[in-house]
Amino acid sequence: MISSAIIPQPLAKLPWRLIFLVAGIAGIGIITLYSAAGGAAQPWAMKQGLIILVCMTAAIGMSWIREETIKQLVFPAYAAIVLMLIAVEALGFVGKGAQRWLDLGFIRLQPSEFMKPCIVLVLARFYELLPTGSIRQWRAIWPAALMIGVPWALILVQPDLGTATMVLLSGLTVMFLAGVPMWLFLGGGAVLAAALPIVYSMMHEYQRKRVLIFLDPESDPLGAGYHITQSKIAIGSGGIWGKGYLQGSQSHLDYLPEGHTDFVFATMVEEWGLIGGVLLIVAFAMVVRWGMSVASNARSRFAQLSAAGLTVTIFFYVTINLMMVMGLAPVVGVPLPLVSFGGSAVMTIMICLGILMALERQQRTRTSLS
Amino acid sequence: MRFTAAHQSLAFSRRMMLVSGAQLALGGLLVGRLGYLSISQNEYYRLQAEDNRVQLLIVPPRRGWIVDRKGKAIAINRSDFRIDLIPEQVEDPKRTLQVLAQLLELGPDEVDRIIREMKAARGYKPVQVAENVPYERYAAVTVRLPELPGVQPMRGFSRFYPAGPAVGHLVGYVGSASAEEYEKEKNPLLITPGFKIGKEGLEEVLEPRLRGTPGGQRVELTARGKLVRELEPKPDRSGNTVQLSIDAELQEFAARRLGEESGSCVILDCMTGDVLAMVSMPAYDPNSFSDGIGRTEWKLLSEDPRRPLLNKVLNSLYPPGSTIKPMNSLALQAAGIDPDESIHCPGGYRLGNRFFRCLGRHGSVNMRRAIAKSCNTYFYAMGNRIGYDRIAPFARQLGLGQKFDLPVVSQSYGTVPDSAWKARRFKDNPRLIERPDWTASDTLNASIGQGWLILNPLQLAVMAGRIASGRNIEPNLLGVHGKPAPLLGLPPEHLEATRGGMWEVVNGDGTAGASRLPLDGIEMCGKTGTAQVRKIVGSQRGQSGDWRYRDHGLFVFFAPFVNPRYAGAVVIEHGLGGARAAAPVAKDVLTFLYDREKAMASLGALEQQWGGTLAERNARRTQAVEAAAAAALRSA
Repeated sequence: MISSAIIPQPLAKLPWRLIFLVAGIAGIGIITLYSAAGGAAQPWAMKQGLIILVCMTAAIGMSWIREETIKQLVFPAYAAIVLMLIAVEALGFVGKGAQRWLDLGFIRLQPSEFMKPCIVLVLARFYELLPTGSIRQWRAIWPAALMIGVPWALILVQPDLGTATMVLLSGLTVMFLAGVPMWLFLGGGAVLAAALPIVYSMMHEYQRKRVLIFLDPESDPLGAGYHITQSKIAIGSGGIWGKGYLQGSQSHLDYLPEGHTDFVFATMVEEWGLIGGVLLIVAFAMVVRWGMSVASNARSRFAQLSAAGLTVTIFFYVTINLMMVMGLAPVVGVPLPLVSFGGSAVMTIMICLGILMALERQQRTRTSLS
Repeated sequence: MRFTAAHQSLAFSRRMMLVSGAQLALGGLLVGRLGYLSISQNEYYRLQAEDNRVQLLIVPPRRGWIVDRKGKAIAINRSDFRIDLIPEQVEDPKRTLQVLAQLLELGPDEVDRIIREMKAARGYKPVQVAENVPYERYAAVTVRLPELPGVQPMRGFSRFYPAGPAVGHLVGYVGSASAEEYEKEKNPLLITPGFKIGKEGLEEVLEPRLRGTPGGQRVELTARGKLVRELEPKPDRSGNTVQLSIDAELQEFAARRLGEESGSCVILDCMTGDVLAMVSMPAYDPNSFSDGIGRTEWKLLSEDPRRPLLNKVLNSLYPPGSTIKPMNSLALQAAGIDPDESIHCPGGYRLGNRFFRCLGRHGSVNMRRAIAKSCNTYFYAMGNRIGYDRIAPFARQLGLGQKFDLPVVSQSYGTVPDSAWKARRFKDNPRLIERPDWTASDTLNASIGQGWLILNPLQLAVMAGRIASGRNIEPNLLGVHGKPAPLLGLPPEHLEATRGGMWEVVNGDGTAGASRLPLDGIEMCGKTGTAQVRKIVGSQRGQSGDWRYRDHGLFVFFAPFVNPRYAGAVVIEHGLGGARAAAPVAKDVLTFLYDREKAMASLGALEQQWGGTLAERNARRTQAVEAAAAAALRSA
């Protein structure tokens, strides 16, 4: 959206504000990974930079895809991913071990990762096809519930509680935005709250112990609560201004486990303090706000619901990770997108952003046409 | 109502607002949580991070030396080899322990202890595998270090007492702190491998001075216990050297001279009160305690009838027998009795219908001869004339029944009875005493050092010293004192008469005539004593029969007669008599102070009879103990 005579039109029409935001977040991530490796570009920072670059380019490329094309691809893609999830399950059964990915020889695919944006798109498409008047009827609910439930269950038994939860939450949010009656959500929430004590009483001793340790990680500082305890120490000890770049003792001395993946936020905040942490949260908030505005400005029902849903996926990604790292949620293995080392999360986020950019581009072009 | 597209669009915007609101709320929660952790909890987590990062390796200080009045070592530190384990760094605990157990010949008990301590250990804290490792075994471990990660061969220090048992009761011993001691002090130094604290005697009492300040090696460690770097070290400060008033050579000589007897010997500087020797025999070897004493050795020590675990100088009480007669004589003179007044001794003293025996028929005796001949009749008669309530204050003034201000773990101070004491005692426990009032026969018994009177050997030595110098000496164990103690204020002529009697005991035709010093111009003065262990039954006088029931032999003394320098007391348990058992020891110990060669020659002859020097006999005993321990292990 930069208007200048020098810059060619296609380039000027890119959502530069978003691209800068994403680049900034990824930059913070790369800098943190450099520190987490003890002040070295290897083995993480360099590779992460490359992944971001490739995925970002792909996302920008995706922004030229037309909404109609996406709509056509949604159901086949959904079906393919569900099949892949089943395949993973079968392979895991044969290989006698938990498995999350399919090895295609040249690339390892983690189908559950694709399901995150896909569940949003498929539900958006479903609600678009649903006649307007039917939204308060039973047939607005059960197909959606099935579409969420099948992949959710498949992912849950992998087991990958984090991804399953995110698929569930994103799907439910789309249903909520589509206008499924409010009582369903309120009632569901009430039932869940009522069921918790019953579930707790039915749990095994070790499962209860996990719940209790989540509620009070200090009660088991060397065992299961170790991650949360050490992460809180890293964050809390950073203070307002942090310990300084490359000065974080928690991450550099290996007290903080997974300091370059799931707990990268703790690594970052230990060195950059409250200031760095708030900055990162604000940057993510701005990305989410941009996505929500794309949803608000969308013309078609599909664009509305999918833009909002994809944004919410990004939001949940970030929020669940941060809650987990700061001891507000159990450790479920959700990385911090764009910052944690690893390709899967970056890929998912870039798919979301790519589609969001495509939707946004089409809003603009249509506006200019009308 | 039909749900239209307009409715739908409205519902979408409304729900978008709800979702955005929820997002905002969650974002606020995240920022709030972050602020809470890093601002209000910052102090707490900063400390935790520091706790993680930095660990303090305690470097135990070297224990201060204990030296004698001439600077000769009594307790020092000998460097030894030790093997520790850092549990965090051990890769294969089972195999490591197997190899170590084989190389160091560790018993199953030891391996159990190591496993227990390894499980309890946190962070970089080392666990002791073995201390005092002989060099060959130490070397055997060292060469295999590459395959034993986490094993730490170290040079350590162990306490060494060159004189061994001769100083056992005096200095006590050191040992690893017990769980209770750690609970009391909560000092991590106490549970540092290889660190020992004083457990008995001077080592225990002087602990604050001897311990020193531990050094600290602050290190930065990774979560896996890998050393990242060493931070600024804090050097340890060795404990202070403590100088005793003891003369180490005299102490050792006295210990050797006591030989196989069960007894004690105290020598004081009678001008200053400095304790030159304080020996109780037989004694344990503090060296074997500082290495950690074995069960078998402990059993042998605690079951020995000669009680090697008891410090007989301070914690054994004896009826002093005739040794208190010089003290009595001072009391008599103070009560106005002329030392030249004679009493006829027909072999005893009649009190009412009871006849109190004397040891012989001494005929006419004055004070000097009464002391020299140890005539009971004289002291019965004179004691009865003035009453014991006029004697008891003198006894106390001369140190009897007193607790001295000494750096010792415990002192038993006994009893100097008088009428007030007896009444009090009767009130507290009427069953032990027949009647509350002091009787003439109580006086008679006390006058010859029997009855209620009961004292420890140190008090007897102080009494002899105060009579010798006429000064109010207090026994000192620490430091060398040059300044004479203040005078007691006793009339010099009274002291003269009493000392004269004590001169005659040894140098006249007194009871200890056989123990004259073999030196020119230096005369020992003294007083023998024989204390009954049980009541006289018929003609059985405790002079024969079972060792346990024989009389104790006591001797108090000073020398030289002119300008006395040294005073002391010797007690030989079940030694039959003071003249026979105790006085010869005093003679040799005093001879040692003036003429070492002569004293060593006579000691050499004696030790040949006993089967070797103290060190040789001790080594043999240790060997026997080890053999017994090995046998016990085999049969177990």
